[in-house]
Amino acid sequence: MDLFEQLEQVRTEALDNLVTIDSQVDLVTWEKRYFGRKGLVTQQLRSIGSLPQEERKTFGQRLNDIKQELSTAYEAHAQQVKLAEIEAELASGAVDVTLPGRAVAAGHLHLTTQTLRQIYGIFAKMGFEVYEAPDVELEKLNFDMLNIPAYHPARDMWDTFWVDEQRLLRTHTSPGQVRVMRERYPEPIRVILPGKCYRYEQITARSEHQFYQVEGLAVGRNITMTDLIGTLTQFTRMFYGASRTTRVRSSYFPFTEPSIEVDTDCILCGGKGCPVCKYTGWLEIGGAGMTHPVVLQNGGYDPDEWSGFAFGLGVERPAMMKYGVEDIRLFYRNDLRFLRQF
Amino acid sequence: MRVPLSWLNDYVDVKDIPVQELRQRLDLAGLEVETVEIIGYEGSELPWDPEKVMTAEVLAVRPHPDANRLVLVEVNYGGEEHEIVVTGAPSLFARKGESDLHLKVAFAWEGAILYDGHSEEWKKHKLKPTKIRGVPSRAMVCSEKELGLAEEQTDIIYLSPDTPVGLPLTEVLGDYILDFDIKGPFGHLQSIYGIAREVAVLVDRPFKREPLEAIRRLQLNVVKQPEFVELEIADPDLCPRYTATMIRGITIQPSPLWMQLRLKRAGMRPINNIVDITNYVMLELGQPLHAFDYKHLRHRAGSEKPAIIVRRAGDGEQMKTLDEELRTFDGEMLLITDGGGPVAVGGVMGGLESEVEATTQDVLLEAASFNFINIRRTSQTLKLFTESASRFGKRVDSELALVAGARAAELMAELGGGSVGTVAGDLYPGKPEMTVIQYDPALAQRILGVEVPVAEQQRILTALEFQVVPVNSSGEDIVWDVTVPSYRLDVRIPVDLVEEIGRVWGYDQFPHTLITEELPPLRHNKELENTERIQDIMVGLGLDEIITYSLVGPEDEVLLHPVAGQSLELPGTPVVLRNSIAPERSQMRRSLLPGMLRTAWSNLRFMDYIAVFEVGSIYYKVGEPNLEAGDTGVAEPRQLSVLLTGPRQGRWWQETDREYVDYFDLKGIVEALLARLALVDQVAWSKGAHPAFHPGRCAKVALGDKTLGYMGELHPLVREAFDLPEQPVVVLELDLAILMEAAEAADAEKKVGTMATYAPVYEDLAFVVDEAVPALDLQRAIVKAGYPLVADALLFDVYRGPQVGEGRKSLAFALTYQAPDRSLDEKDVGKLRNRIIKQLERGLKAQLRTA
Ligand SMILES: [Zn+2]
Repeated sequence: MDLFEQLEQVRTEALDNLVTIDSQVDLVTWEKRYFGRKGLVTQQLRSIGSLPQEERKTFGQRLNDIKQELSTAYEAHAQQVKLAEIEAELASGAVDVTLPGRAVAAGHLHLTTQTLRQIYGIFAKMGFEVYEAPDVELEKLNFDMLNIPAYHPARDMWDTFWVDEQRLLRTHTSPGQVRVMRERYPEPIRVILPGKCYRYEQITARSEHQFYQVEGLAVGRNITMTDLIGTLTQFTRMFYGASRTTRVRSSYFPFTEPSIEVDTDCILCGGKGCPVCKYTGWLEIGGAGMTHPVVLQNGGYDPDEWSGFAFGLGVERPAMMKYGVEDIRLFYRNDLRFLRQF
Repeated sequence: MRVPLSWLNDYVDVKDIPVQELRQRLDLAGLEVETVEIIGYEGSELPWDPEKVMTAEVLAVRPHPDANRLVLVEVNYGGEEHEIVVTGAPSLFARKGESDLHLKVAFAWEGAILYDGHSEEWKKHKLKPTKIRGVPSRAMVCSEKELGLAEEQTDIIYLSPDTPVGLPLTEVLGDYILDFDIKGPFGHLQSIYGIAREVAVLVDRPFKREPLEAIRRLQLNVVKQPEFVELEIADPDLCPRYTATMIRGITIQPSPLWMQLRLKRAGMRPINNIVDITNYVMLELGQPLHAFDYKHLRHRAGSEKPAIIVRRAGDGEQMKTLDEELRTFDGEMLLITDGGGPVAVGGVMGGLESEVEATTQDVLLEAASFNFINIRRTSQTLKLFTESASRFGKRVDSELALVAGARAAELMAELGGGSVGTVAGDLYPGKPEMTVIQYDPALAQRILGVEVPVAEQQRILTALEFQVVPVNSSGEDIVWDVTVPSYRLDVRIPVDLVEEIGRVWGYDQFPHTLITEELPPLRHNKELENTERIQDIMVGLGLDEIITYSLVGPEDEVLLHPVAGQSLELPGTPVVLRNSIAPERSQMRRSLLPGMLRTAWSNLRFMDYIAVFEVGSIYYKVGEPNLEAGDTGVAEPRQLSVLLTGPRQGRWWQETDREYVDYFDLKGIVEALLARLALVDQVAWSKGAHPAFHPGRCAKVALGDKTLGYMGELHPLVREAFDLPEQPVVVLELDLAILMEAAEAADAEKKVGTMATYAPVYEDLAFVVDEAVPALDLQRAIVKAGYPLVADALLFDVYRGPQVGEGRKSLAFALTYQAPDRSLDEKDVGKLRNRIIKQLERGLKAQLRTA
């Protein structure tokens, strides 16, 4: 067999072998067999010297073509083998996608914290910053400075935990009003005052001895009742939903004059009347009013030059209404099955 | 304050206004109606069918042909024929054989739904035609119980003789009772008449004044000293007015049905006509009254007539009050005394001795005025909470006293068969000046932000019985002298008038605006920002936030140091309450741990793994309060507390790590927190000694010279004291202020570092040191020795054993060498390694462990 025939035979054999290959390993073997240092194609190149001069060029030409052809065929087949292998691997690697994942703990902020932050956010948009005052408070600030002297009937509105003659657990966040005024005079003021409050009350599904309140206070040269109503209406829209309507009732608080209460249409019955809204169709969202001249004065602001408004909002109750929580005790008993729902 | 609309309608006619509409109007004006109780009308518990339950009259009572204890009653219900009803009602049975009676009764036809009068409970049933002992019966005369008006089945109900026959019963006995929640010290709203006066203004209808005009009707001659009693007010500061009226020759008997019904509907129990009238007038006009049995009032020595002396009690003076309790008074309490001693606690409760009794014939009626603060003090000190004290405590108009006394006297004569004396006694040393407020109507706009026309302001004030007199109306400036009605003790300053105008004008008409003036300078609230930052980090680390009670019990602190002889150093002295709802809520917490542990306990009933944190204040006294400075003398620093317990991983469909979490799980959380705060390198860790912790698994965490707090595994005895299961419970409590102060400083100094682009060199080195050398010291020493080329030194193995010898340990670190500006070569690494080894040998006596 002459070298030419031999060359053609190598080519045919190589191509035949190649198409049967179905693994990376065999591909490597194939490549070695033909293109390795002692590979069959490589050997053909060496045998070129034994050919007569005039045939060498033709042989070389042919050898090159075959090398080119085999290498192209190899690349194409290698790609096929790779894809086939990936396919096989994918086919065997399928999982039941409905199996549960490896657990990662997702922490939860307390429902009260979430509600407070929501309230902070809404009032921040209206320029109110957060000011915090102590839980253990002076009687003087919790009552006297707020126009509620000792034995005054208005004190009946708050059942108080007493520490001693002069100190108590604040029954509302209102004492912070006087604190912030004294600290900020003569600046205008726009703050909300959140915090824990305490009432000497037996704990039931409806009342807790510890709860949160958010007080608001604005003091300026021309603060008016319509500003107060507007501010609370904006709050209600943001907090309870844009479709909510509000109504304003006259009310009484010793530290505001005039005093009002703001209601929103009951989110449970839509205003038709239900046990939660006591069949009025309205839910109270907070008490408010124009800062009483005595309180302004106690804070250092001359009521002839300054005016202000104040409001007090519940924190647990709106969350209870929103999520249908019927027992306020759930908040501070910290049943994680409850807290993890929010 | 319960107001039956049927009663209110006596003074202002609102019968045609639907109740819900009226309620809405009152709500908006500040008269908050808490509930509406409906009697008889649609919507009540037992609506009376107007076609089937009606007024009727009993004409005759005849014997039942076949039953001894029953009678046949002939009833005219307004129909064409009279109806025969079988009944056993005792009062009708007693009239067996009588005719031409005309007794007005409540009558029900078959088909009417009524309560079963013989059932203990409220059981409804439908009246059916029946035969009672052979006599057909298809209707009945009703008792209060059957109509839902009384708890107990007694006799049938008799209506007043002038009741027309054949009316739906609702028109006579039906009612709506509005229960008002009147907040604040409003004496003028503590009466039906007072509420009616408000209603009249709000619905703009005429208002009847008859109840106030009894003095004129009785033609009373008012003098300081009447002939029937000597009057003396020794302490006019506590009793500005005392009036006495005489009613003679009365007969004590039950009051008429209409009065009993009104009292019951307003929430009071009928007793007898005299007591009922004092209560009735109190409910009607808001003036508490007291009736003395005249014959029991004693004379002063040498006097012809009894005396009434109003004076402060002697300290320790005693008297038995109506409720048969012996009361002891202090020197600030006001007594009504007679010639012999105390007969009443002024404005609070009468004495037992001089009480009206069945044989009383002559009544001395007291209508007085007392200092409201003093009444409240007395009532609270004696724990004697009466309707009278409650009303006086909300301030009653002193002008009302004699008006109400006369009104009651008039009723006593009418319903008790007596006669009112022509002279009344009236001592009035504390008659107040009329309050006149100088009012500029422009104030309304300044405060309300809306222009209420001047004429409208004047109309509203006038309707509310304020007298408006313009003074000095020069040009644009209007000023009014506004005279306040005597009963409006709550109105004293100009903004009080603005409130009256605002609420009657109606806040629902106000536009909504936002504050338009200059912005106050905004400030940071560092404490809140820090709290929120910590909350977010902890939640990000997979922990759930809890908020526990600030109030704990003293026992909670004790349980934290269970080992005898050990004590727990908590800061300051505890804030202990003088009044508490329960021992376990009697003082403010000085540590967050008890709340944490109790939360763990309650949750472990339902789950096995708990990872929670709380950011909250602890509270302790640091000194006396300073009222001027507003300093409470109580510190309220915020703490961070964490608790972990339970299996490290939950069960899963592949194997998981079900070991209990331990100290190092908690430490990992703390390290992550410190990494977020850029404080990893600044924190000093040392072995902690804290009685609540496992003595070998407790770390004290410090920043500089300040102790940040403690963390570690709970002492088994503490665990037991809080009823927790026998598994590791790891907790920490850190001072947030110290932590965040350092975090802020770290943040202020923070400059971004370079991230080298050259390949690092990795190398493991193990050192053998004495057991006592803390791992952290070694790690920090490596980083320091190799500074700045050691980018990381990670401890990956701790070995103790024969290869390193007794009392020694080997700590292996995976080191990362890295230069910012070049690749490190063999020579660099060699030099670096030698430097580390040498410095560790010198500093910590550490030896390189060679393989
Ligand atoms: Zn509702």
